[in-house]
Amino acid sequence: MHELGSGDRFVALLFFAVLAVSPPLLSIFSAPELVLGIPVLYLYLFGAWAALIALLARISRRIERGERGPD
Amino acid sequence: MKSVLVVDDEPNIVLSLEFLMKQAGYEVRVARDGDAALAAFRDRAPDLVLLDVMMPGKSGYELCQTIRANPAWDRTKVVMLTAKIREVEREKGIALGADEYVTKPFSTRELVDTVRRLVGDGDC
Amino acid sequence: MPATSLVIAVAFGYLCLLFAIAYWADKRSDAGRSVVSSPYVYALSIAVYCTAWTFYGSVGQAAIGGIDFLPIYIGPTLVAILWWHLTRKILRISKTDRITSIADFVASRYGKSQLLGGFITIAAVIVVTPYIALQLKGVSASFNLLLAAPAFHDGNFVQPSAFRDTALWVAVLMAVFSMLYGTRHIDATERHEGMVAAIAFESLVKLLAFLTVGVFVTFVVFGGVGDLFAQAAERPDIAPLFTTVGTRGYGGWVTLVLLSMAAVLFLPRQFQVIVVENVDERHLAKAAWLFPLYLFAINLFVLPIAIAGRLLFTPDAVEADAFMLAIPLAADAGVIAVVAFIGGLSAATGMVIVETIALSTMVCNELVMPILLRLAWLRLAERGDLTRLLIAIRRGSIVMLMSLGYLYFYFIGGSYALVSIGLLSFAAVAQFAPAIVGGIYWKGGTRSGALAGLAGGFLVWLYTLLLPSLARSGWLPIEFVDEGPWGIALLKPYALFGLAGLDNLSHALFWSMVANIGLYLGVSLVTRQSAIERIQATRFVEVFQHAQAGSRAQLWPGSASYHDLYELVARFIGKRRAEQSFAAYAASRNLALGKLSHADADLMHYTERLLAGAIGAASARVMVASVVKGKNVGIDEVLQILDEASQVIEYSRQLEQKSRELEAASSELRAANIRLREIDRLKDEFITTVTHELRTPLTSIRSFSEILFDNPGLSVERRREFLDIIIKESERLTRLINQVLDLARIEAGRFDWQMEAVDLPALAREAVLATSQLFKDREVALELDLPRELPPVHADRDQLMQVVINLLSNASKFSPRGTGRVTVRMIAVPGGVETRVSDNGPGIARENQAFVFEKFRQVSDAVSGKPQGSGLGLAICRRIVEHFGGRIWVESELGKGAVFAFFVPFAEAPAPAVATV
Repeated sequence: MHELGSGDRFVALLFFAVLAVSPPLLSIFSAPELVLGIPVLYLYLFGAWAALIALLARISRRIERGERGPD
Repeated sequence: MKSVLVVDDEPNIVLSLEFLMKQAGYEVRVARDGDAALAAFRDRAPDLVLLDVMMPGKSGYELCQTIRANPAWDRTKVVMLTAKIREVEREKGIALGADEYVTKPFSTRELVDTVRRLVGDGDC
Repeated sequence: MPATSLVIAVAFGYLCLLFAIAYWADKRSDAGRSVVSSPYVYALSIAVYCTAWTFYGSVGQAAIGGIDFLPIYIGPTLVAILWWHLTRKILRISKTDRITSIADFVASRYGKSQLLGGFITIAAVIVVTPYIALQLKGVSASFNLLLAAPAFHDGNFVQPSAFRDTALWVAVLMAVFSMLYGTRHIDATERHEGMVAAIAFESLVKLLAFLTVGVFVTFVVFGGVGDLFAQAAERPDIAPLFTTVGTRGYGGWVTLVLLSMAAVLFLPRQFQVIVVENVDERHLAKAAWLFPLYLFAINLFVLPIAIAGRLLFTPDAVEADAFMLAIPLAADAGVIAVVAFIGGLSAATGMVIVETIALSTMVCNELVMPILLRLAWLRLAERGDLTRLLIAIRRGSIVMLMSLGYLYFYFIGGSYALVSIGLLSFAAVAQFAPAIVGGIYWKGGTRSGALAGLAGGFLVWLYTLLLPSLARSGWLPIEFVDEGPWGIALLKPYALFGLAGLDNLSHALFWSMVANIGLYLGVSLVTRQSAIERIQATRFVEVFQHAQAGSRAQLWPGSASYHDLYELVARFIGKRRAEQSFAAYAASRNLALGKLSHADADLMHYTERLLAGAIGAASARVMVASVVKGKNVGIDEVLQILDEASQVIEYSRQLEQKSRELEAASSELRAANIRLREIDRLKDEFITTVTHELRTPLTSIRSFSEILFDNPGLSVERRREFLDIIIKESERLTRLINQVLDLARIEAGRFDWQMEAVDLPALAREAVLATSQLFKDREVALELDLPRELPPVHADRDQLMQVVINLLSNASKFSPRGTGRVTVRMIAVPGGVETRVSDNGPGIARENQAFVFEKFRQVSDAVSGKPQGSGLGLAICRRIVEHFGGRIWVESELGKGAVFAFFVPFAEAPAPAVATV
């Protein structure tokens, strides 16, 4: 993992992000039930979104700490 | 009396230098190659050495370096004599610690002047 | 209920606060203590993305289509993942070239094309006008809703007639703010710190306002999230919102994600805050996750509020877009309603201010200035101070844009939901994407390609989205939409070429992108780039490879005086700023400003960039060209040269591809090169050695001559001795010169050979005779062992003699004095005669035997300590013998003497045996 640059991480994250918000996955969660009192689809989308932002923050902090992009 | 050591492998050049230096009033010793020259140095360091660059075995450059590496021989002046005329050769000689660099064929008068300038008159 | 005066006072007070913040930030900036140089302020300013549309429209959207509101915010999150690469590249390019707007960016990329810049500007104005109208609508609607609250309480919500007038006042106030803080001064960097500070503050306000309303609705009006959703799940008309992916289906979802990805970067106001207003490239990294986090937070309560609205109000009683205000009002919480109003107001003002400033820069730099500069009769280039003119143009543009927005709102806006207007803009902005993204990653995109793509995309957008929306507002006959123009069903704007089944937006996006990307790629491939396009393309695509912009400096081949350049810049950005800029230039290069009389290419380039910041790249180029004297017309020639140079580069790239074939050839060449160098080195060595060999006898001759001359009183013996040396050394010199000349002639093939049949034994005897004195002197015995009869050999007699004498003389020199023995033996062997000269000298080591026949390769003699002779003798012998078709070699062992032998072939027709002596 140590050889991976921020570029590789971003690409991987983008892949998962696109997957997470893709219609097929959404349709799986598109159910009328409530989980924890919240609609499943709503819970899933905000959960996935939060996770996405957290990962983005992690990678971005690596950059802030000194790793440089293509220069 | 100031002493001069002539180091060259050409007998006729040695002969002429020996004559010139003696005439100028110096004590002259002769060495035909680097090893003989070093032996002469160990015996007694001269005030000045006339050193040919192109010699079989140890070259004049190497000899100059050896002389300069020994602090005991610090006050010996080194005059390089060479048939190599390129400027780099001259720079190399000076860089290795030679005091003067004279190209062959040289003017005898100038050579004697150079030696005088470096060590002063022979008889003193 | 909030009183009218209170609402007005709060709104006015809020705007005053905004003015104060902007004023304070500008003052701080002037004092050199920037408040906006922080990644947090940067991220907040990017949140200008969230407009009144977010504030009111999202809830409205969610109330009808469930999570339909989300893709607009998920798209920017996806883009944020690419930020460090995509946005940073755009940022770096823009900083390097002092890009002032998105139109400037595209124009610069495609060869500083004024046409493209103008096109994008016009497109942006068309696109953004409805969007501004949308903000006006949001603010005035919310304002009127607040004031109409009592009427609403009776169960009916009536739009009062003041509705439109409110919008006018809002528009005027916003315009004033934009003019004050957007055009305070004309600067080379085109940054507005006061505005950024105000925008960041507004983003904070709208977020807090939204969260306040959300918490109030969810936890005060209802009993928490669980209660809200549980109630909703019971209602068959609301429950479907939990599962449906919007009103547009999955296709619409994807479309919205894609549109918002383009919008978040390429909307003029987004480009302004992300790129133009950026202070530090490193802020990008933090903003990349802070901005999505902001979007996340502001959307958290959208669905709860929407559902609350649906639960509280009967359909049609209240517009879903108004839930934000209507719910607090219905719950009798006036303060919360005012908070919501302020939030919506801040969202709208933020958007309008940045958008108008960004657009006014574009209109001024890309549209008005190029036209004014072209109008020769205005003599603009020669006028004095142009700063006022520039500011006036920008202020005029702001007024024009606000007026357009207001007019659009006045005539059309009433008939459309907020979201529809916003999406119309998004779909248009997406048209910029191919030219921009293609432009920074693909060098092949041409100006014509970009123009064609943009034009095609916009035409389709116009046809499939804008015209139908006008038709639905009653401005065009609706039959045009329903039945197609002139009744041609194939051309129906919502089902072009029979493409049905998609929602309007996806349909429009599909066809416009087909046209846009298709034309961009297609036209780019069939058109050629001009030189400046190619240069700009390379600068953009390889911005990270070229750390500093130096390459363009060479594009100014003429010369200009420093004074002219200064005057030029001063006219556009003012004397004080011009002075500061040039002083900074001089300081950065350690030049004295006073001594700058003639501007070099570097300074001209610097000037161009300064101007580009004020009036855009395309105009800046024209302006600098106007003061460059002499060869400024010759730019074309220079470009021509560059053009050819890049073709050469292209060619060499092709060559590289064939490198595998070439590798073999190149290694051969390398080997040949090494051989050549070796030959050269040998030649060099040869000359050095010859020089040395010539100088040695010369030294003796000169020394002794001078000694004799200076010492007339020398004894006769001495004189004889010295003269003898002079004679010997002169002979040595002569011999050497002859040998060198011989060798040179033989090697050059110009030796005059006298070939004949030679009697070798007779020749040997003669040679022995010639060297007998030498042997006598050195006390070396010489024996001959020659056969009686031998057929003659084919040779040059004199040269062969030289070979034998040379071998004899060598043998004599290397044999020990007194006990030396040298033997000459001749044997007939098949094809010729072998001659062997053996001595009992020190011998030659095996490893040295190969060298003795080479030039100046002397083997040290252990006896004398110094090899004798020139070192050329054996080399010449070898060449002579080889010329006769024979060969020469040595047989020896160290300490056991040496035998030098050579073989010469018989003459072709063997002559009768000749008697020998």
